Amino acid sequence: MGRAAALLTIAAALLLGVPAWGADPMVVRIGYLTRAEEPRIPQTFLEPVSDDEGVQGARLAIADNNTTGRFLNQRFDLVEVTVPEDGRVEDAVRDLAGQGVRLLVADLKEDALLAAAAAPEAGDMLLFNTRAPDDDLRNERCRANLLHVTPSRRMQADALAQYLASRKWMNWLLVVGRTPQDAAYADAIRAAAKRYRAKIVEEKRWTFEDANRRVDTGHVTVQSEILTFTQGTEHDVLVVADEADGFGEYLLYQTWLPRPVVGTHGLVPTAWSRVHEQWGATQIHSRFERQAGRWMRPRDYTAWMAVRAVGEAATRTKSADPAALAAFVRGPDFTLPAFKGQGLTFRDWDGQLRQPVLLAGPRVLVSVSPQPGYLHQYSELDTLGDDRPESRCRNR
Amino acid sequence: MSLTGGAARIGALALLGLAVAQPAQADTIYVSNEKSNTVSVVDGGKLQVIATIKVGRRPRGITFNEDMTQIFVCVGDDNRIDVIDVATQKVVDRLPSGPDPELFVLDPQGHRLYVANEDDNMVSVVDIASKKIIGEIQVGVEPEGMGVSPDGKILVNTSETTNMAHFIDTESHKIIDNVLVDARPRVAQFTGDGRFVWVSSEVGGTVSVIDVSSRKLVHKISFAVQGVPRESIQPVGIQLTSDGQRAFVALGPANRVAEIDAKTYEVKRYHLVGQRVWNLALSPDEKRLYTTNGVSNDMSVMDLERGRVVKSISVGGAPWGVIVKP
Repeated sequence: MGRAAALLTIAAALLLGVPAWGADPMVVRIGYLTRAEEPRIPQTFLEPVSDDEGVQGARLAIADNNTTGRFLNQRFDLVEVTVPEDGRVEDAVRDLAGQGVRLLVADLKEDALLAAAAAPEAGDMLLFNTRAPDDDLRNERCRANLLHVTPSRRMQADALAQYLASRKWMNWLLVVGRTPQDAAYADAIRAAAKRYRAKIVEEKRWTFEDANRRVDTGHVTVQSEILTFTQGTEHDVLVVADEADGFGEYLLYQTWLPRPVVGTHGLVPTAWSRVHEQWGATQIHSRFERQAGRWMRPRDYTAWMAVRAVGEAATRTKSADPAALAAFVRGPDFTLPAFKGQGLTFRDWDGQLRQPVLLAGPRVLVSVSPQPGYLHQYSELDTLGDDRPESRCRNR
Repeated sequence: MSLTGGAARIGALALLGLAVAQPAQADTIYVSNEKSNTVSVVDGGKLQVIATIKVGRRPRGITFNEDMTQIFVCVGDDNRIDVIDVATQKVVDRLPSGPDPELFVLDPQGHRLYVANEDDNMVSVVDIASKKIIGEIQVGVEPEGMGVSPDGKILVNTSETTNMAHFIDTESHKIIDNVLVDARPRVAQFTGDGRFVWVSSEVGGTVSVIDVSSRKLVHKISFAVQGVPRESIQPVGIQLTSDGQRAFVALGPANRVAEIDAKTYEVKRYHLVGQRVWNLALSPDEKRLYTTNGVSNDMSVMDLERGRVVKSISVGGAPWGVIVKP
């Protein structure tokens, strides 16, 4: 598949009359590692599930890198590997290392990501986490060979909290789903409430069976269930923690009090959304849609950023040496433009990419955090997520 | 607005004994409004909008033809260039542009337009007389800024994601060199003597001055405004006075225009203008600077002799480009 894509790219380049590379271009090999997953039934068919989420963003960034690379005689190759559902990511890391990959985009969930990063061959690799938002990956479980491109849950929660605070919507009803990820999202929401002095007036656990939209008169059940479920203490907003997308969407318009829903549903803090068109984002949306035949999602965007970070390092250092590229990405001169209106950099205390976080409504962009007025002595972006003095990362 | 009406107004002001600070300037200023799909026409004497011209969707780049009887406007969402007749203030024609044109530049002979096709990593060469695209040049990712040397021989295009200034030979349509600049280069502006080209980097927050013959970076200008976060300093529009002494750079969401000594590259001062100042134009006598302010939907008028902003004029939604006719 990877080879087929590469051949297609070359064919397209010839057709367009793009100047080819000179003799013996420098070659930068970037690995892309993901794991097969059981097909998910989407909550809504307006957001169909696709099996190429993530990798399409990496492929687009390879094409972008190569457009630039032709002027510097640098070529970028993507080595794509999908581990089976029950396969070991450590083995894939070893194979990739054998193919000369030292820069690896990891589209993996937390445990698999840590297993990949702990593989012996990963010792001299730089891994880009483009998927796992877990806060402990940036703290107790942080690793020196790992950079986090995807925003942490805490960054998302802070982005949302700043907006709610700017609206003076300070009393929150928190509804938490059943998965460990939902609990982690709720932790981040609690931390954000504390940081921005909001009050979680009540917490409720979602214990109902997830609604089934295909059941005839399913809406009748939802309508009565949620009405009674959301009764309780007066609040300004309902914050929902449902990362698995099991029930959150059903809360909208069904609540006891007429209150907005925010969090994983309703108004959503996120790295990327189709509703974002500012700062040239329209251009990457149209490039992406032409290539992938669908909208760009957050995993595509973070994979694009990771591969572009390597491209940017190769352009600036005029090198293809993975160690030199990794050092540049981590160094003080690195900055990545990524359609967010300012250059993005990595935090040296936990390897997290500093970035504005979008607040996306279902059809339009509502806002972008940090909100005006949240100041910081170094960068206003450091008002989102774990700041240096709070970091519990000791392994970097 | 009839001429007699304007004359009557001036007469009335004179009768009232009001001191009019500036002599009535005959300039006419044209502003492309990205969101309202119009071009605002502003009378330079009265500093008022006197007409609004409807154009295609998402007008951004705007320039005159050689004798200033026509205005070309890139209308990106319609993938073409609209041609406005200056006398009748109406769109009278259209030119092909290639996909999603954003910015362009007229060659000094007035025969060709060089157009940046933002969506297609390409610069299109449009022959105005035959209304045909006569050349396409592959450049970096997201081409944007366009500048042409005074002798018309060298074209400079900037690409926003590749972060380069591409130097193109206008005879052969071949790239002769690529100069790496800071992140997200926007505008390329040649000096009057053709020796240097100034390139603004929006995300990098700098302006690179490049020697045209050696293609070497001779200076990089940085900015710092007290009380403004460094990330908000985003250089875009550049204007240079014809005597080569002064330069002005729009700093985007810093809401400032930097005034620079173009010989020493020293930033002399920062002028507060409207929100997200985008592009700039000097009046033909170089006594004024006009700015488009994309977020506050207005245009600032800076009096360069007094060194301050004298007026803000509401124009259309998200004003983008600005040009001035004597």
